[in-house]
Amino acid sequence: MNDEKNISSGMSEVVKTVCNIVEGFIFVFGCYIVLYGQLSPGGGFAGGVILAAVFILIMLAFGKERVLKIMPRKRGAFIEALGALSFLAVAWAGLYVSGIFFKNFIPTTAASHFKLMSGGTILIYNIAIALKVMAGLFLVFFVLSITRVILEGDKLKMVKKQ
Amino acid sequence: MERYIYLILLPLGGAFIIAALNAAVKSRDTRDITSDIIANLITLAMAGIALTSFGINGSYSVGGWPVPLGINIAADGFSILMLATVNTIAFCATLYSINYMDQYTSKSHYYSLFLLMLTGMNGVLLSGDLFNLFVFIEIASISSYALVGFGTEAEELEASFKYMVMGGIASTFILLAVAILYSSFGVLNMANISQAISVSSQTPLLKFSLFLFIAAFSIKAAIIPFHAWLPDAHPAAPAPVSAMLSGVLIKTLGIYAMTRIIMNIFAADVSILAPLGIISIMLGVLLALGQTDMKRLFAYHSVSQVGYIILGISLGTPLGILGGLFHLVNHSIFKSLLFLNSGAVAYRLGTRELNEMGGLNKVMPITGGTSFIASLSIAGMPPFNGFFSKLIIILACVQSGHPGFALWAVAGSILTLSSFMKVQKFAFFGKLAEKHKQIKEAPLMMSISVVILAVLCIATSLLVLPKVKNIVLQPAVDAVLSGAGYAKIIR
Repeated sequence: MNDEKNISSGMSEVVKTVCNIVEGFIFVFGCYIVLYGQLSPGGGFAGGVILAAVFILIMLAFGKERVLKIMPRKRGAFIEALGALSFLAVAWAGLYVSGIFFKNFIPTTAASHFKLMSGGTILIYNIAIALKVMAGLFLVFFVLSITRVILEGDKLKMVKKQ
Repeated sequence: MERYIYLILLPLGGAFIIAALNAAVKSRDTRDITSDIIANLITLAMAGIALTSFGINGSYSVGGWPVPLGINIAADGFSILMLATVNTIAFCATLYSINYMDQYTSKSHYYSLFLLMLTGMNGVLLSGDLFNLFVFIEIASISSYALVGFGTEAEELEASFKYMVMGGIASTFILLAVAILYSSFGVLNMANISQAISVSSQTPLLKFSLFLFIAAFSIKAAIIPFHAWLPDAHPAAPAPVSAMLSGVLIKTLGIYAMTRIIMNIFAADVSILAPLGIISIMLGVLLALGQTDMKRLFAYHSVSQVGYIILGISLGTPLGILGGLFHLVNHSIFKSLLFLNSGAVAYRLGTRELNEMGGLNKVMPITGGTSFIASLSIAGMPPFNGFFSKLIIILACVQSGHPGFALWAVAGSILTLSSFMKVQKFAFFGKLAEKHKQIKEAPLMMSISVVILAVLCIATSLLVLPKVKNIVLQPAVDAVLSGAGYAKIIR
């Protein structure tokens, strides 16, 4: 009976320990991909997927209770909507700053030695996309893991897993 | 600043504001009321923008990038006519949802999906770029898959899954066809592709992509033999969503996109669509005759009426296209009205079976009266709008030398009339069952919404008057007929 309890609260001690070590690194790497994506391969979507992978990793290793402490379902939904809204807000800001929707109104700089490079609004777009993708992908995984289809009589029914 | 781009921005913003509120606000009542208000204000504003945009012709470069590099949004007579129809119906559907969606647990999720679907449809109508057309088609389709399964009962999930598989196949075809065009010409802009096709030779690859487009949009428009998803999906959805799906979604994603691509981009011969139109008219109405489920019957009639629109457009003559587009506008009005009525009956009676109804005119006079108007319109009785558009289509058939098509169209219309006689007899006339004596009229907002649509059923007959026609319908017909002249729209 003790074994069953262990299974319900995640995987073995080895997995949990390794997960504890790597989760921070993966998170930082995800942030790097998001922030540097404006100038190099990468960007909001790829980075967001890596960030979501952190939450999925925690959920697989420790069970859903621990991940729900960091990212409850409502908070996930809010972050997702916020990501989309901030993307739209920056695009709309272009309309008011320079009269053209989606205009890149922050000055951009070309690549040159010893100067800070900038992609203008692309960085903000990337952050917004990362928020949306991170929360969205995590929620998809979460919802798939808590719902289950059962056969009731001759009809299929979707229920929440206990 | 072209205001038509707000038709994409407003619903997109609204959808995510409602989604954010849904996550942030704890009390369900507050959530429901705020999402009611936001969604209705947005659709009202959009209907206002769309209805005052007649006569606009132009394009907008997103982000200020010039055309082959950037994305452009383009509006001409055809898109404006469709936008006016879509947004008017959308306003009536959201108004109706205030009361109707109380039966479901999550109103704010519903509104957020609904506004996303609207974003997708308006985007399809305004996109001047093939890949964006595909993206907006996907936005509209994916939110409609979720809306069809919104009740999460077994029947609804099954319908939604079937719809998703068929829709997914259609989307794959579209993507493949877009990929072929991109590999042939190296541009994605619709106007540029249109120019390139008009000077290039008709290679087999181009013909293949045209056929992929026709197959894909026929699935989206539910033309027989591609209709299998529609009779399941439309009855399963909540009533306002059925009204949107049958009223405007199949026309935007199917007929508009197909006409735009065949006539304006490929400038190809459309007469191959005429047999499909005739088959849809006849089989759709014959299948509808046998139905006893009210919404399923209406769904089969959508297949049949879409056949009329396709028949009109496929004639390729100015009169035929005028009839097709006029019938498109009319069908969106009376078919959404019929679906909203069936929703009102189901809301009060809890059933959609025609055999269990009867005499409802006595207890639900507004629903009964408006559905009578809609039934006469769809059956093509004067002085309602359906009569004039069917008359124009039939005249156009004769004028273009296809009297056989005209005969089929008349036969389809007679069968439609008999099928709606059946609906009226079983549901609204006849003897009222004892257990239904206590039933009340549909709630206020639902009644207001159906009355608006019933008035529109009569008012749109006025579109045949030359003065009104020249403002509303003629620019759309000219835009379709201009063929590759569509390319002039970019500055």
